[in-house]
Parts: sequence; structure tokens; C-alpha cells
Amino acid sequence: MSDVSLVQAVNLALRRAMAEDPRVLVLGEDVGIDGGVFRATEGLFALHGEGRVLDTPLAEAGIAGVSIGLAAQGFRPVAEIQFTGFAYACIDQLINHASRLRTRTRGRLTCPLVLRSPAGGGIHAPEHHSECPEAMFAHIPGLKVVIPSSPARAYGLLLSAIRDPDPVVFLEPTRLYRAVREEVADDSAGMALGTSVVVRTGRDVTLVSWGAALNETVEAAARLADDGIDTEVIDVATLKPFDGDTILASVARTGRLVIVHEAPLTGGFGAEIAARIAETGLTHLLAPIERVTGFDTVTPYPRTESWYLPSVDRVIAAARRAMAYQ
Amino acid sequence: MTTIAEFTVTLTRYLDAAGVPVAPLPDFARDEGALLALYRAMVLTRTFDAKAIALQRTGRLGTYASSLGQEAVAVGAAAAMRPDDVLLPSFREHGAQLWRGVTLKELFLYWGGDERGNDFAGPREDFPNCIPVGSHAPHAVGVALAFRLRQESRVAVCVFGDGATSKGDVAEALNMAGAWKVPAVFVVNNNGWAISVPLAKQTVAATLAQKAVAAGIPGEQVDGNDVIAVRAATGQALARARDGAGPSLIEAVTYRLSDHTTADDASRYRDDAEVSRHWPAEPLVRLRNYLTKAGCWDKEREEKLLLECGHAVEAAASEYLATPPQPPASMFDRTFAHIGADLDAQRRAAGFADGGPP
Repeated sequence: MSDVSLVQAVNLALRRAMAEDPRVLVLGEDVGIDGGVFRATEGLFALHGEGRVLDTPLAEAGIAGVSIGLAAQGFRPVAEIQFTGFAYACIDQLINHASRLRTRTRGRLTCPLVLRSPAGGGIHAPEHHSECPEAMFAHIPGLKVVIPSSPARAYGLLLSAIRDPDPVVFLEPTRLYRAVREEVADDSAGMALGTSVVVRTGRDVTLVSWGAALNETVEAAARLADDGIDTEVIDVATLKPFDGDTILASVARTGRLVIVHEAPLTGGFGAEIAARIAETGLTHLLAPIERVTGFDTVTPYPRTESWYLPSVDRVIAAARRAMAYQ
Repeated sequence: MTTIAEFTVTLTRYLDAAGVPVAPLPDFARDEGALLALYRAMVLTRTFDAKAIALQRTGRLGTYASSLGQEAVAVGAAAAMRPDDVLLPSFREHGAQLWRGVTLKELFLYWGGDERGNDFAGPREDFPNCIPVGSHAPHAVGVALAFRLRQESRVAVCVFGDGATSKGDVAEALNMAGAWKVPAVFVVNNNGWAISVPLAKQTVAATLAQKAVAAGIPGEQVDGNDVIAVRAATGQALARARDGAGPSLIEAVTYRLSDHTTADDASRYRDDAEVSRHWPAEPLVRLRNYLTKAGCWDKEREEKLLLECGHAVEAAASEYLATPPQPPASMFDRTFAHIGADLDAQRRAAGFADGGPP
């Protein structure tokens, strides 16, 4: 048990997975001797060498494609895409191959790969380094999409993603890599994919978020509590497969739902959650569903990005609107 | 100024269009049985091709990509492989798939719109067809890397068309294969046309073999209508790969005598006269002429072979046509290893019965 950051938790999970299963390989740009640009793979090369920790040529589609070939051959490749802005080059491989190899061969060939990538804004990075494309990945049938929001969940979810028999996109909130530390037991325990986590219980409003934005959501919940508004906070954690039951059960108690995500509004995963609640929980609702999100704009450069990211104040305002609705 | 790199591209041909040897034949070709097997495989492929088109024209098969005229590329490449090598085909390598043990019925099922056609009973590790052009080339690097990491004496063989050489996937794959020196062989079926775009509009490169040069790997051109040349060049490339010498690229120059697919009408963009000019060079007649002159083939044996192939294809087509479609729930069965509650709810809401993989 030790206090670790989220990126250290990722590293611990990779170390554990590689120690436990010789089929696990790590590949990507600068993941070897450099340990990855965020140091997520630090020390793995020294432990396992170039037979299991592979620096790739600079070719993101190729990294995804090579991982598919390795996975079909029984390896468990964990590929790092250096920044999510470069992961779009992998989408062809993910849509046309990784996500459907199992179904189109009737299970003869499978694709147990993990594609890890830091995602989201807030670190004053150059353009193309700050986006949240999770909804694009979540729209791909046959693909699982996981976004941890804490070191402990990063550890458990990544272990489960690597052990999963199907392809998983694992988006790591860059902003949280070193922002928070918590105790993580390196005990090899995976955290089930497809299960949302209630991180705070409350009766008045359900706040739903994932990834980095969960932090602002939790902070908003604390401030709302000071004003006597009792919120329940849910970390979706796995967008696909989606756990609608946890959110529905919460909304059935609170009657109010605020969805918080960093990605643009239109077609964001919040829209899916809102639609599910409209389908299955409409009669529980005491107020319209609120969404606090990034905007349908290009992610701005760092000097204005704080205006783009969902802020604590915006979450609080949305919760208050829900409470005030008559 | 100093020249610091230069390259040459060779062309290999053993039989000319008339089937007359223009070079001493490679060792394997001195075995009459080996050549007869290649000839039989090409005839079977063409017989399957004709039946597939006939079924499509009568509404009993989906859109189909003919391999007419290109049989030597697929058969020659596959014949050089060992059974435990892995083939990653494009979508015109029916001849290679048949050689490797994919059944005629499986091919009909696939082109008839049934995923079970990809569940090959024979070559279990071979990849299914790759429709998004060239996007399977990096998979071959991954498969070959797996062989190298496990220290297995196996090779990944990836076939794609001339159009695919314009794609980034292929450039990335060739480069990665070279950088990692993996046991992979890339075969270009250069049939001159990417649907309506002729090679001259695809690239101004003098050859496609020279795409290997930038990746630092061997590249060569062979007469893709000479099955002996394809078989020989692929065999040498496979041997190099098995010896740890890394990947190779083979450009097999052939010609697409058919439309792109049954959904295409090549007369919109290609002169019939051009097609007619290429017919005399097609691969079957070339090998047949050679075998006939060598005294190991005649009209009687030809008729017997055509009859055999016809029977095999008709029997497989009947089996395919008698195969009922999968139940609707089957689309849910293999999306994931375990369907999961959320997807299962969609299945139940759609009213599809519980299937579940066996």
C-alpha cells in the first residue's frame, strides 16, 4: 500500500500485468528506454527488454495495426498513443479491424488489445494534445471504452482492460496524471469493466461524470453540500459497456440529473446517458436533465482553455437550476 | 556530389506468354507433379470464379471480386508457403485461400454474405479478406513480430493490390517490417487497375517493387502471369524470412481481365481492345502450353480436370445454397466474448432469441 499518482498507478498495473502474463507486451512511441513521454512505462524496458517493450517507428495507424496482428496471434499488446490527438489515425484500424475481428470470423480470431492514450485538457499543452474523443470510440461496436478518474481506479481498470478478451480503448486523464495521489494496493485486483461507481451518496441531485471532470464534479458536490444541496456523484468509469442501471437507480431516488463531461456537447456521451434516462426514467424526473460540457468548438489553445473546460461553478449552477425547477 | 544510394529492380520470368521457357526453370519446377498441382489449382480457381459470377448474376451471391487472369499470383504465392505460415489476403486471393485449405463452400458463404465463411476449418490462423484496401498490411507485421518473438520458423504473407501501394498503411507496414526485420513477405497483385484508375494515374514510380527501397528491404518484380516465377520468388523471400533476413516485397505484374467486381462495369473506363491485348498472356494457357509440350498434358486430361473442378464447384455451391442463414441473434453472439448486460438488453428488446456461442 502506498500513495501513488494516477500515472504511477498506470505504471504499477503495467508492471503487474507484465509480471503475471508473458503474453503482455507494451509498444508505442518512446515507451522503451525513455519510459514514455509521461513516464507511464518507466522502468518496463529495464525489467523486460526490447522483446516485450517495443519502441515503434512513428506511425500511429501502424501501431494499432501491428497490435491487431499480435493480438490475433495470442499476445496481449498494450499500445500507447502518445496523445489522443494522434489517435485519430488509429480509428480506421479500430473500426474496421480490432472491433470486428471476433465477429467476422465467428470467434476464430480475436483481438485482446489495449490502446492507451492520455486524454483531455488542462495541462497547457500544444494544440492537438487536449481533446476528449471518448464518444467517437464509444460509438464503435465491439470496442470497450474505459476512463479512470483516480489512481486506484486506473490501476484496477487497466488490469481488467489488459485481461479482457476484447479490444479496449483506455483514456487516461492527462490533467490527473500527477494532480492527485491516493493509496493503491498493488494486489493484482482488477476492477470490473462495465460498472459505474457511486463515489458520493445523496438525495437531491445525481451528478454523473467521468475522467478528469469528475474532480470538478466532486468539488461542486462538496460546495453544494455547504448550501444544503445533497448530491449523489457517479463515476461512469466505463462508457462501453455502459452501466445504465446505477445511474437509473440514483435518478429514481433524486429525480434530478446533471451530466458533466469535458468533450463537446453535441453527440457527446452525455447525450446517450440523457437518452437512456429519458427512455427508462422519465417519470422519476423532477427537472430537465442538465448537461455541463465542453462546447461544439475546436478545443481552444491553452490561454483560453479554462473557459472551455467544465468548471466547478458551471456544475454548481446546473445543479441549482435543477433544484429550482418547478 | 557523391552517389550514396542506388537501386535496381529485377524482373523474373521463366515462361513466356506462349509457355516457352526463357530461363532455366527453378528446381521445384522440374517436378512434373508440382506443376500439375499449380495448374489444377488455377483451373479450380477460375471454375469457382465463373460460378461465383453466375450466382451473383442470378441474385444468389453478393457482390463478388473476380480474380480472372490473376490466378497465378494467388496460387503461386500460396504454393510457396508452409501450412503453418499465415496468409493475410486482400479480396482477390481466392486461389491462395483454396490452396491453403479454405473450402469452396466457405468462399461461397463469405461472398454470399455469411460470416461463417471466415471461420475457416483449415487454416485457422489465416486472416479473412481485407476490404479496406491495404489496411491489413500492418497486421502482417504484427503476426510476423509474434513469430519472431516466439522464435517460430513461420512467415506472414500479405497480399494487396497496386492501389494499396498508395496507402499510408502499406508504407507504414513496409517500414516497420524493415525496422524490426520481421519474417513477412508482401506480395503486390499489380493487375494494372484500381477500379477505374490505371496504374499510370496511381503513381509515377517506374515499378511498385521499388516501394521496398525506401523501407530498406528487398523488392523485386516478377511476371505475375507466370506461376513458376511467382512461386519461385515467393519461395526465396520466405526462405530469407525464415533465415532471419527480414521482410521482402514482390510485385507480381498481371492484368485484371474482369470488371473490378460484379458491381462494376469496366467498359465505362477501359477499352475492350486493351483487355483483348492482355488475354494471350493469361496464366493458365501459358502453363498448359508448357505442360503439353513437356508431354505431361493433353486434351483428355484437360477435359477430365475441367469436369472434376466443375463437379467440386457445383457441389460446394449446392451446399452453400442449402445452408440456412444464421439466426438473427447471431449478430450479438460474437460482438464480445461475453455479451454483457447492456448489449443483451438490446438483443432481448429486438425480440431475438437467446443464441449464444457454443
